[in-house]
Amino acid sequence: MELFFTMLVPCVMLAVAVTALLRRVDVWGAVTDGARMGLKVSLSIMPPLIGLLTAVYMLRASGALDLLRDVLSPALTAVGIPPETVSLLLVRPVSGSAALGVGAELIRTYGPDSLIGRTAAVMLGSTETTFYTIAVYFGAAKIARTRYAVPAALCADAAGFLAAAWAVRLIFGGN
Amino acid sequence: MAMSVIWTVMVGAAVLCGLATGNGPAVAKGALDGAAAGVELCLSTMGVMCLWTGVMEVMRRCGIADALSRLLRPVLRRLYPGYAQDQRVMDAVSANLSANLLGLGNAATPLGLEAARRMAEGSGGTASDGLCMLVVCNTASLQLIPTTVASVRAAAGSAAPFDILPAVWLASVISVTVGITAARLLSKVWR
Repeated sequence: MELFFTMLVPCVMLAVAVTALLRRVDVWGAVTDGARMGLKVSLSIMPPLIGLLTAVYMLRASGALDLLRDVLSPALTAVGIPPETVSLLLVRPVSGSAALGVGAELIRTYGPDSLIGRTAAVMLGSTETTFYTIAVYFGAAKIARTRYAVPAALCADAAGFLAAAWAVRLIFGGN
Repeated sequence: MAMSVIWTVMVGAAVLCGLATGNGPAVAKGALDGAAAGVELCLSTMGVMCLWTGVMEVMRRCGIADALSRLLRPVLRRLYPGYAQDQRVMDAVSANLSANLLGLGNAATPLGLEAARRMAEGSGGTASDGLCMLVVCNTASLQLIPTTVASVRAAAGSAAPFDILPAVWLASVISVTVGITAARLLSKVWR
């Protein structure tokens, strides 16, 4: 099972490359063009990451994050979410790069293979930048009355966070 | 604008809290370390991200995304009953979902917006049930292989960066199911 997930990415790469070759697609051209686009995206998120990680490091050093964690800890622990992830829960729906920065910090601080590190990773991987997406979609469609879209999307977010914490405990055990 | 306020509040809270708790010098050091960490994080994940956008581009060019999109069509007709007969909407929403699943974020958004604009035609500024469903589905992450997160884990020295996949899938499925159910239930009472 573990081997399956380890080999998934190289196998997807091979399968895609073979399919493309058989269909006479220029594989090498596509890989390099795609990587060039990825480079642009990577570079474009560097400025927000610098700004946001600066703020996050300052907050952490000031003790404000510990304070926030202590305040919300009983509620989060009661529903099974590690209280250390509180900062990630708060920024995730608002800013994608802030969430990436905060999540990466949690993963680095507690270790990528720790309960908290894994929970943070699964939260990042199973939720989206909800408010940003809502703003973009309704803005493009010129919708003023959004009805129940926001509450329904927030229900999905809350479920995603809870499910992330539970799924990590279920699959990796609780330590 | 929202980000300007958030950032200012974050920095303000850090400075005030730091002064109050006597952690002022640590806050000052944090600002410098954080800026460097931003660059480090970006550089350490860049390789995997570029590799994956490369693989995704091959997928797109050889028609895997189109094939997946056709496969999804019957399911989506049931999710968007109000637009089942509208070819343009169904084309766009299925291509949007297929791009989301494959992690083609740059392709997914324009497709989703095309569907959203078409759904909003003649609605007088009120979101239809279909449009609400489209937005809810796009605010849930459906990516099959979350490469950005995996690259962060790899950069932090994980033994198996992709071992979180089953957990991510489980959490995504639960999140999307709750979102769709909430939208369905609310659509009956929220006119």
